[in-house]
Amino acid sequence: MNIVVAIKHIPSIADDLPVSGKNVDFDSVDFVLNEWDEHSIEQAVLIKEAVGGTVTVVGVDLIGELDNVLHLALAKGADKVVKITADDPAADSHMQAKWLAEAIKGMGANMVFAGVQASNDLDGQIGPMIAAYLDMPYIGGVSSVEANGDSATVNKEFAGGAGAKYSVSMPFVAGVQAAPKPPRYAPVSKVRQMAQTATIETVSPSGDASAGLAFKNMAPPVATGHAEMIEGSSKEVAAKIVELLKSKGLA
Amino acid sequence: MSNDILVITEHMDGKFSDVSFEMVGKARELASALGGQAVAVVIGSGVDANVFASDSTLHIDDAALSGFNPEAYAKIVEALVKEKSPKAVLFGWTVTGMDVAAWLSAKTGAPCAAYAKDIRVDGGGFVVSCQVYGGKLMAEVAPEGDMAVIACLAGSFPVEAGQGSTAATATASPVDAGSLKVKFVEAIKPAGGDVDITAQAKLVSIGRGIGGKENVELAEELAQALGATVSASRPVVDAGWLPRTRQVGKSGLKVKPKLYLMLGISGAPEHLEGMKSAELIIAINTDKKAPIFNVAHYGATADLFEVAEAMLELL
Repeated sequence: MNIVVAIKHIPSIADDLPVSGKNVDFDSVDFVLNEWDEHSIEQAVLIKEAVGGTVTVVGVDLIGELDNVLHLALAKGADKVVKITADDPAADSHMQAKWLAEAIKGMGANMVFAGVQASNDLDGQIGPMIAAYLDMPYIGGVSSVEANGDSATVNKEFAGGAGAKYSVSMPFVAGVQAAPKPPRYAPVSKVRQMAQTATIETVSPSGDASAGLAFKNMAPPVATGHAEMIEGSSKEVAAKIVELLKSKGLA
Repeated sequence: MSNDILVITEHMDGKFSDVSFEMVGKARELASALGGQAVAVVIGSGVDANVFASDSTLHIDDAALSGFNPEAYAKIVEALVKEKSPKAVLFGWTVTGMDVAAWLSAKTGAPCAAYAKDIRVDGGGFVVSCQVYGGKLMAEVAPEGDMAVIACLAGSFPVEAGQGSTAATATASPVDAGSLKVKFVEAIKPAGGDVDITAQAKLVSIGRGIGGKENVELAEELAQALGATVSASRPVVDAGWLPRTRQVGKSGLKVKPKLYLMLGISGAPEHLEGMKSAELIIAINTDKKAPIFNVAHYGATADLFEVAEAMLELL
């Protein structure tokens, strides 16, 4: 089974996101692996462990820092890693999807996984776009994939714990919501070992697409309301919350 | 090219989701400003399609599409777009709409604006406000070209504006269901046996800030002391720290308790969708800029573990 995982390196939302002009000030933010991509890597490795095969992880290197992410993917069980050197932190989903699709085209993938979404998918997610560019079907919100010969049994989640089971002919693209198991932990020593020994295949961006969105403005949302902030030490905060709950008959 | 706005509605078990009505209402406003029509598109069978306040409703009524099929939906919408050349196609930024919107954009070359909170007509085109980066930034973008694909966050527009009784026109599916590579096998019902968080008056809800499975116990203790139940945001459930039956939000359950005490949840739009109607929302988060503080009634920038432990001593 030949599984390709397309990943996205995105600005971390754990910290402040300063704006410069009409976009994020990319020089002032940390880039991290899209959290859903951890699940698509895990799902790919689980299938490899179940039926054999290879897992290739491919991503666009936007700021010259993708190597760490790719070493981590190798430590988690990927067999091969590829980076597309773009050096363009503002590359949108359409551009990245096009470059990824061109890189994946010759890989003979049976399945392509992508994270179901990313927090910077302003112009949509890369998964459905890669499917469109490669003329493969797409199914997102995926919570499990089992390979059976030339098709796969795919579970898709709907809201509220409901879902549906699908049979999907290969090749296809799946947007992974969550792997059947939590993403595995890779020990630092193993990641370090990969950094010393592994080879990262490097390719140049090929193909041309763009979001077609003219940026008018980017700013923190204008708050229509704000919480009444409870100040003080943790103990004081706790006391005020308990008092508030008691006054409302909730504690 | 027309100035019509197509709305791809969504339904499950014979019921349309609120976002369908919200989008139809918005489409009416946009179409009227552009001199076009708001066209509701209903794909699939087993549903009464005469429920929208659209200018017209198209019902692609095919028994083979009784369950949602992303490939079929994508091809049907692609065919409709070719036939009708609309000015915009609206999808929900939902578990079904997300499967098709970006695909249609890449397939047709039309721009896509996702996470849409608002849409307005500006100089014959649109300006879309999109809530990106987990709700931390709002991007205003103008889609270029003849057609825009816009994926709307649920809860962005009023439901009532889209409710009506326009009689639907049934049409055959332009797609041969037999040729599809994606086949719907069966529905999966929610797992039973766990507590129903939608029926609880008080929820202590934990997010990524809880840090690990070993810390869930602290939230359980606090919940017990308050007579509450523990619920969670998606990352906690995806990490396997709590079962999916406890998940609040877009891909989880919608709750409306008397108390929603949030520990370490930043308030991404997907989570807000499931809890913003709670009567009393109290949020504790270490990030003073967490979007949840724009929604919560009370908030504190504090260490959730210290606050939870101190509350336990007082209860």
